[in-house]
Amino acid sequence: MEVFVARSRLNLILLLVSLISLCFGSSSSLSSSSSELQILTAERRIDLASHIIRVVLNLKVQNDGASSASNVLLAFPPPQVKHLALIQAAELTGKKKKKAVHPLDVSPSNLADGPNGAKFFSISLKTPLTTGGSVSIEVSYILTQSLEPFPVEIAQSEPQLVLYRDSALILSPYVIKQQTTVIRTPSTKVESFTRVEPSSQIRTELKYGPYENQSPYSYTPILLHFENNNPFAVVEELEREIEISHWGNLQITEHYTLVHNGAKHKGGFSRVEYQSRPSMSGVSSFKHLVAKLPPRVHSVYYRDNIGNISTSHLRMGYSKVSELEIEPRYPLLGGWKATFVIGYGLPLQDFLFESSDGKRYLNFSFGCPIAETVVNKITNKIVLPEGSKNPSVIAPFSVEHSSETKYTYLDIVGRPVVVLKKENVVPEHNSHFQVYYNFHPMFMLAEPLMLTSVFFFLFVAAVAYLHMDISIRK
Amino acid sequence: MVGKVDAAKGGAKSLQSPASNQATSKPDLSSISTTFSFKTLKLKTKQQELLIRVTILGLVYILAFITRLFSVLRYESMIHEFDPYFNYRTTLYLTEKGFYEFWNWFDSESWYPLGRIIGGTLYPGLMVTAAIIYWTLKFLRFAVHIREVCVLTAPFFASNTTIVAYFFGKEVWDSGAGLVAAALIAICPGYISRSVAGSYDNEGVAIFALLLTFYLFVKAVNTGSLAWSLASAFGYFYMVSAWGGYVFIINLIPLYVLVLLITGRYSMRLYVAYNCMYIVGMLLAMQIRFVGFQHVQSGEHMAAMGVFFLIQVFYFLVYVKHMLNDTKLFQALLRIGVTSAVAVGAIALGLGTASGYISPWTGRFYSLLDPTYAKDHIPIIASVSEHQPTAWSSFMFDFHILLFLFPAGLYFCFKRLSDATIFIVMYGLTSMYFAGVMVRLILVATPAVCLISAIAVSATIKNLTQAIRGKTTQTTTKALSKQQASLDQTIPYLKNGATALLLGAFYLLSRYAIHCTWVTSEAYSSPSIVLAARGAHGQRIIFDDYREAYFWIRQNTPSDAKIMSWWDYGYQITAMGNRTVIVDNNTWNNTHIATVGRAMSSYEDEAYEIMRSLDVDYVLVVFGGVTGYSSDDINKFLWMVRIGGGVFPVIKEPDYLVNGEYRVDKGAAPKMLNCLMYKLCYYRFGELTTEYGKPPGYDRARGVEIGNKDVKLEYLEEAFTTSNWIVRIYKVKPPTNRW
Repeated sequence: MEVFVARSRLNLILLLVSLISLCFGSSSSLSSSSSELQILTAERRIDLASHIIRVVLNLKVQNDGASSASNVLLAFPPPQVKHLALIQAAELTGKKKKKAVHPLDVSPSNLADGPNGAKFFSISLKTPLTTGGSVSIEVSYILTQSLEPFPVEIAQSEPQLVLYRDSALILSPYVIKQQTTVIRTPSTKVESFTRVEPSSQIRTELKYGPYENQSPYSYTPILLHFENNNPFAVVEELEREIEISHWGNLQITEHYTLVHNGAKHKGGFSRVEYQSRPSMSGVSSFKHLVAKLPPRVHSVYYRDNIGNISTSHLRMGYSKVSELEIEPRYPLLGGWKATFVIGYGLPLQDFLFESSDGKRYLNFSFGCPIAETVVNKITNKIVLPEGSKNPSVIAPFSVEHSSETKYTYLDIVGRPVVVLKKENVVPEHNSHFQVYYNFHPMFMLAEPLMLTSVFFFLFVAAVAYLHMDISIRK
Repeated sequence: MVGKVDAAKGGAKSLQSPASNQATSKPDLSSISTTFSFKTLKLKTKQQELLIRVTILGLVYILAFITRLFSVLRYESMIHEFDPYFNYRTTLYLTEKGFYEFWNWFDSESWYPLGRIIGGTLYPGLMVTAAIIYWTLKFLRFAVHIREVCVLTAPFFASNTTIVAYFFGKEVWDSGAGLVAAALIAICPGYISRSVAGSYDNEGVAIFALLLTFYLFVKAVNTGSLAWSLASAFGYFYMVSAWGGYVFIINLIPLYVLVLLITGRYSMRLYVAYNCMYIVGMLLAMQIRFVGFQHVQSGEHMAAMGVFFLIQVFYFLVYVKHMLNDTKLFQALLRIGVTSAVAVGAIALGLGTASGYISPWTGRFYSLLDPTYAKDHIPIIASVSEHQPTAWSSFMFDFHILLFLFPAGLYFCFKRLSDATIFIVMYGLTSMYFAGVMVRLILVATPAVCLISAIAVSATIKNLTQAIRGKTTQTTTKALSKQQASLDQTIPYLKNGATALLLGAFYLLSRYAIHCTWVTSEAYSSPSIVLAARGAHGQRIIFDDYREAYFWIRQNTPSDAKIMSWWDYGYQITAMGNRTVIVDNNTWNNTHIATVGRAMSSYEDEAYEIMRSLDVDYVLVVFGGVTGYSSDDINKFLWMVRIGGGVFPVIKEPDYLVNGEYRVDKGAAPKMLNCLMYKLCYYRFGELTTEYGKPPGYDRARGVEIGNKDVKLEYLEEAFTTSNWIVRIYKVKPPTNRW
């Protein structure tokens, strides 16, 4: 309901904004509040080492306008917005020794799109920036599936080459006085890159800039073609079921659809080559993945729909994380798929707590435990014990939220299930969320009582039968 | 586990004591508990006896279940072997789509391009049973997976069989024999081999149904009750729905009736039992689509019908005899009546067969009566290892001491001949013969062997304990009373001898228990789809190549891909790989299998033509050269040649042999070195060093260096090879452009 209200309000605002923009003309709508800001220095570092692209943007923003500004806008070209998994911003204060970081809120802006469909995100500053004041902001964002394999298909003996498209200049609605961009590639093997002077390549780093005094919305497309043999492990769909038993166990079942999302494998697969020349053959393939599970995990299993997969190793951690090394049945070459299930149990006391108002709450991590994977679509299902009421969720980021009922062992009314869905999830999303609910401990006894009474009646029936004579003939 | 077997045996023995107590040591009991009146005391003994009996049965029931769980403990909860995968797949379909969909299922994933009408070509008993168990559990809110139900169906029914064996033994002999029979059958390897957890095959429930039908029929004959007879008809219906082995019932029961008629044991009880069972059973059996009208149309079922008419003639004659008091006249009538009846029957049978109304016997039936038949005429039956004649060692392996107890039991049966013992003797002897003809039929003989041995054990131990208890001179057993006169003076020796013999029996039975447990854990608990071996340091190595390959097929081939392999792997590919296969283990179309055999044994270009005509996308071969796995396709290859050559005379077995010898090394026949199967198995194998100190291309399964190391493929390319090379999959290339 709340979601609905919020959405309708958003629609209303959008409508208003578009109306206003219609009245004032398209260009004037932007300049109304924030064009007085300018960026003194901007430094961008793009890390292309894995298939998850991590970008860190350091901005120094100054307010030259007459009024104080409370928001700073970031602009992204449309293809990047589609692949933007996470964006975070923080305000840096103090000098080197006494550096302090204050996280800031980032939200998609309601403003109309900029030139060429650029989308805006707005950072709400902690304190409005007064005239003449400046602030250092560190923005980090993550892009997924932005490396495009080229050639699209490779044979077993070939390395994987990918393309990366971006702009040499930072897209921004503000004037940028000075900017540099550093791109880190996984190896020195860079086939080609677009030169925008001054630009240089030093080992695994490509440097663009510094560029001076760029006007708003300046954009210079660049194209990078380089070798990246890191596993492009993408989980197309992950369904996690977290089942709470108040008898002391938290059971997690995770259904994966894993795919190698790099360049497609072409031609045959030769086992001789793969076995005897691992450094030259199938270099972009991957054999195993590591899942980081919480400490004191127990009853771990790893299987798929035709049975147990016997190749996995578990390094138990009692205080720190346990590591589960999973090896799919076959190595994953480009485009190959594997589906599997990981299940494990956890001690309940590590994750379930009682809040001050008598409610119980589960505190559990959201994302996929496998390292360096992108999850296209994640569904977290939290199965609350039978008889629990009023579930509510607190999540550190926006998630789609629904509920259903599940029937499992000896359930009569069914267990309430909280379903949380999110798309485009990266390891950085592995932060904790909370589910609050009311639960009366009496419900714990329902099932044992039921079983006991069944056996009781069974024995009573047996006793009655032995004491009865039901034959007709005497 | 061994301990529990002994406990059960001990219990069986201790059971004898209250029974004999009743007659002998009543004074002792009443002196101990003087407060009880005689009547309550008697009730007490009865209750004790019941308690002991129920406890023993309960323990045997549990034992039968848990001894079959070795496979789950050693490996995992999974479906074993080949046919169970088909059963599992159909059960899955049944539970997902419902009964009517299942019944009308046309499966286009097998026998491409022919397809298979599943509902009309399978015995649905097993699947329906498992589905009902599953639905019941689901209704009771037990959230189990259908796979677990399928895995545990066979052990569950084995447990039920022990209960039936108890009642059967009780019916044939006494409750002591029943308990021993239950304990023996619970752990008998001959039965365990087909009913371990995961062996989800028809036999798992069929043996239960078989024994149940026999028990109910014997009960019906003993009581003459219509109710029991009807129950046995329903038991027969269940058996028909579960397994093709029902033909054994429908031939054994008439044979038994015939023997009773000849031996002058005809009675109204028999008349009621057989007529009701035959008619109702036949009508019920016709409801199974796969069986249909075979009961009136097939040669294999004609014996039952003949006996049915014969018993009517007999009834009529008895009636006439009753009405006529003149014996001479009756003799004449009897002669005329029987002669004309037999003549009419023979003419009817002859006409029916000649006109094609009655189908002749099938190959499998022939091969049962004549063990050499299949070898000469039907290579596809002969190629299956479980259809081979049984070796002595496997009798010993599967029956152990029962093999010696069986004749002893027969002796006891003949000593106390009754309708019931005649039945069990006939069941034992016929099934023993069939067990000798085919390895897999040891299974059918097992219940009979267990029951007859149980009679031997029970009767012997009963006699021995009575001899030890000595004092009593009014023994009831005939065996003892005969010798009594001579033995009276030597009672101390008799006692010692009896004790020694009793200990001997106990030793034998405990050896049996140990043997059974060992056999179960070592020999019969391997799922055969996952192979296990011992490494150099004693650690366990798992070869999971089959599932690796099947799962690869499932995930990484187009969903409409057609896969060609030898028929052994058809069911597994459709169930685990979820892809269409050309042939599978159903083997209903010999020509189709022969076509695949021909493709495998032709040169690559000829094979390519065949594969193109069958729309084959991938070819799968099983190869054990790297791991030393001996039941691979190279070792099965001669059967492919034979089956292929049986239909297509271009394939000649001698082309693949050198002086009648089958070899793959340098001295192999040129056709062998260049046929498709050889190429696919050994493609790029020549580059691989499999064993230290041996040249590259050394085949560990056959212990030779291969003859053709430079295998070139023109029309196929390697698509996938599993980590231990056990399964190799090749992609058939599309035809090359002509321009």
